[in-house]
Amino acid sequence: MTPRAFDEMGGFGEGCRPCYAALKRWLDEAPAELLDQRRKEAELLFRRIGITFAVYGEQAAQERLIPFDIIPRVIAGNEWRKLSHGLEQRVKALNALLKDVYGHREIVRAGVVPEELILCNPYFRPEMAQLRLAGDIYVAIAGIDVVRVDADTFYVLEDNARTPSGVSYMLENREAMIRLFPELFSRQSIAPVDGYPDELLATLHSIAPRRGEESCVVLLTPGPYNSAYYEHSFLADKLGVELVEGRDLFVRDETVFMRTTQGPKRVDVIYSRIDDDFLDPLAFRPDSVLGVPGLMLAYRAGNVSLANAVGTGVADDKAIYSYMPEIVRFYLGEEPILQNVPTWRCREPEALAYVLDHLGDLVVKEVNGSGGYGMLVGPAADAATRRLFAEKLKRRPDNFIAQPTLALSTCPTFVGSGIAPRHVDLRPFVLTGADKVRIVPGGLTRVALVEGSLVVNSSQGGGTKDTWILGE
Amino acid sequence: MTLLSRTADNLFWMARYMERADSVARILDAAYRLSSLPTAYGGLTSEWDSAIATAGCTAAYAAAHEKVTPEAVVHFLAVSPENPSSIRRCLEIARANARAERTALTIEMWEAINDSYLTMQGWVDRGVSLADLPRFLAFAKEAALRFDGSAHRTMLRTDAFWFTCLGLCTERADNTARILDVKYHVLLPDHARVGGGLDYYQWASILRSVSALTSYRWVYRDSVKPWLVADLLILKEDMPRSLAACYRSINGYLDELSTAYGWQGNSQRLARSVHMRLGNTSIETIFQSGLHEFVESFLAQNNELGAAIAEQYLS
Amino acid sequence: MRIRVSHTTRYDYSPPAKSAIQLLRLTPRGHEGQHVRHWRIDVDAPCRLKAGEDALGNITHAFTLEGPIQSFSVTVDGEVETQDSAGVVRGTVERFPPGLFLRTTTLTEPDDAILALAGEVREAMRRDPIVGLHDLSGMIHARMAFDTEATTTATKAGAALALGHGVCQDFAHIFISAARVLGVSARYVSGYLLRHDGLVVQEAGHAWAEAHVGGLGWVGFDPAHGLSPTDAYVRLAAALDYHGAAPILGSRYGGGQESLDVSVRVEHARRQIQS
Repeated sequence: MTPRAFDEMGGFGEGCRPCYAALKRWLDEAPAELLDQRRKEAELLFRRIGITFAVYGEQAAQERLIPFDIIPRVIAGNEWRKLSHGLEQRVKALNALLKDVYGHREIVRAGVVPEELILCNPYFRPEMAQLRLAGDIYVAIAGIDVVRVDADTFYVLEDNARTPSGVSYMLENREAMIRLFPELFSRQSIAPVDGYPDELLATLHSIAPRRGEESCVVLLTPGPYNSAYYEHSFLADKLGVELVEGRDLFVRDETVFMRTTQGPKRVDVIYSRIDDDFLDPLAFRPDSVLGVPGLMLAYRAGNVSLANAVGTGVADDKAIYSYMPEIVRFYLGEEPILQNVPTWRCREPEALAYVLDHLGDLVVKEVNGSGGYGMLVGPAADAATRRLFAEKLKRRPDNFIAQPTLALSTCPTFVGSGIAPRHVDLRPFVLTGADKVRIVPGGLTRVALVEGSLVVNSSQGGGTKDTWILGE
Repeated sequence: MTLLSRTADNLFWMARYMERADSVARILDAAYRLSSLPTAYGGLTSEWDSAIATAGCTAAYAAAHEKVTPEAVVHFLAVSPENPSSIRRCLEIARANARAERTALTIEMWEAINDSYLTMQGWVDRGVSLADLPRFLAFAKEAALRFDGSAHRTMLRTDAFWFTCLGLCTERADNTARILDVKYHVLLPDHARVGGGLDYYQWASILRSVSALTSYRWVYRDSVKPWLVADLLILKEDMPRSLAACYRSINGYLDELSTAYGWQGNSQRLARSVHMRLGNTSIETIFQSGLHEFVESFLAQNNELGAAIAEQYLS
Repeated sequence: MRIRVSHTTRYDYSPPAKSAIQLLRLTPRGHEGQHVRHWRIDVDAPCRLKAGEDALGNITHAFTLEGPIQSFSVTVDGEVETQDSAGVVRGTVERFPPGLFLRTTTLTEPDDAILALAGEVREAMRRDPIVGLHDLSGMIHARMAFDTEATTTATKAGAALALGHGVCQDFAHIFISAARVLGVSARYVSGYLLRHDGLVVQEAGHAWAEAHVGGLGWVGFDPAHGLSPTDAYVRLAAALDYHGAAPILGSRYGGGQESLDVSVRVEHARRQIQS
């Protein structure tokens, strides 16, 4: 049985929490017809935006829109302060880990993380070894998925250190809320999120290899057929930078240029939304047509910066995740502010035995899986599914980790029958530049729209909400 | 200000394909009208044959069909997925180019292209019969008008706009020259029995395929004479589809680019030399040295200009 | 033994290419069994040849050409002095612990056939890794037919094993893939072979494998011949698979058909002087 969940509005039943007071009053006062009307407007608004979402690719056109829920998720200012400290600490540790992983691997020598978890990690890139990056920034843009279990405890569920997506939803959701419910924004002080593009641009400029010159930043996309293309073009527009495909760039004498109507223009910083594998056919997949031949030569020569760096996937591997508390202590000498979900590494025989014995209570995930695929939610699975999964687990134990079923917090959400609690998580975005760390207050709240479901991924029927950080 | 070569290339081809769709529609229109005349007026050659030739699809058609029938030609030029120059494929390719550069277009332009594309899908599902043809052609011509109009009314006058216009004019010059290339024999002097019913309809048909029947009367105040038809299509800068008018525009846009960028190259040199030669010749000189040869050489130069623009800016 | 190598790769483009970029791993490094007396790389087109080192310590040269490019060629010419060390390779530049070479790559991903092959030598490996690895090399040599038509540079180890045909690259990939299944670090080596049958002009370079054996370090195995490398082998580069050690990787922009002409000469250095 899943333990009783903490509700963002009502706590464990002790009544409305202060940060929700204004919203609750409004929800109680507003006539049902008004709410219903705004909901319909929101749907219309998003269907219209959705139409522009869909024009970008034949495949995208067939994709469902991600449902938007009009009841925001509210976090008190003091809660956010603690959370953002924890996020900053976490990302600092991720960057320190990556610098070490591609440097002397002290963490392996110290016996904290086993060598093979790093050297044989599919996302480890030997090509990155001994490379000095501007400001030692590997993960300039991190999306850290956190969940809440009570008033004081946030757990990190997953670190996204490669190409975290979803920030366009954070921005669009806020736009929609301001348009639909202007009166709510005048009632209380809600931290703005629309500074994100500026903060991102400043972060990208800060890691440029040429100092003291106007650096040229581009956003590299796999192209219109990629499912996240909308976000790529949205961000390029907001940042005011060129949205380029691999074929728009070329390398000459270890320098990256883009092809423009006025001739080659030197590129300093690439905000890459392409998987490492496809970046450079001379270094990685030789059959890639999305990349730039010779890009790694320019990168290794220090003539171009990539955000995120190549090979950051080692840090968002779920097996490495389980070592995060030790990693924070090892590099920063501090106790982790954010909790890690207790994790059994099935590669360890005792852990595997425990997991096999307790499959019914655990969530089992693939080490390199994402999007909610390839996982077993023990309490929700029937005996036959569990049996099948146990076989998979025994065949490749090193491919899995297991965690207890967490009672993710719930948040009031519009559903067919009215307003009901649904489980949520939160993906705040942490920007790390050579100058400083920037965290826009808020993030993307994802909500599992199916009653009782703990899977919030949009590919599995999740929706999104606006996230409000209140002023203190 | 930075414009990616790829973006400029997509805009250039988007405009070329919209223009080609329009041109194929006019060719079909002319053929349809000529074919609806009693055979005594239609001449010996099949108008449908020559429509295929004018659209530049002779080989592709022969590969797909054994016989030339009106129904087959209409299908081939209007909605066939196999013919890369069918109106349907032109609209699809134009839209694919536009979609790749969604952010470089204005909303109005995108909607003009996307709406035409969506309407086209309806025609694809229904098919275009001979009876439907006038309605279908009206739609196709309007699609081009709406695209042109939205581009001119809404785009910023920067390089993105100039590349769009360059695509349109280069394609338009090519289309006019190809009409002359296929029909030159009915314009030759030894063929000219002024007032002969048969040829009158051929000449009128040429004018119609470039929407210039009314303009002709207005410019020449005369009955339709073959050398004047050639004069109008080649040398009259007032006639927007004439070769001279296309090259006046092309030169204008290339000058805008060279001023904005601060350098010029082969495209500017080529375009100026073509425009100069058009300005310095007369229709008599052209007929003396051979209309056919003139048109062939123009088509080659126009291709060369396309390649020069691609080389200088688009790759 | 003194071995002289000259290796030319010529590219022709029709119509001409607009630009080209190439990454060469065509320069040997010295180690205990190999001394590079002299070595020269030449590109017969105007370019800046940038020397460097890849992440694994192989010497690289990179260059870009601006078009129009009708043709160009890359030539290496050099002389290497080698000593037989019974396959044991010492004194090489190592940038990573041997554990890196347990990684799986696309070209060396094991399939069921590779797993079965590895299973056949597991017992021998347990008793004596050197014997087991020689068995593995011998089995590949016996089961695979040398055939330059059957595979490409993109053929995976498992596919080549299923075909039963391939070139030295495929032999090496099968060996590496199976060795890694058995928990032995293994890597791909590209180089040249002075043929004992006296054939000087060859169609291509050679490739073999190295496995890391406790107590000995890296040991070479040449499954294409069922032997360990001798002083007839010139070692160019080592990596996780062919792609990482490829002597030439390139890409070009624009242009039409590319045609490629390779000529490799490997001979005794003294014979060269006498002629």
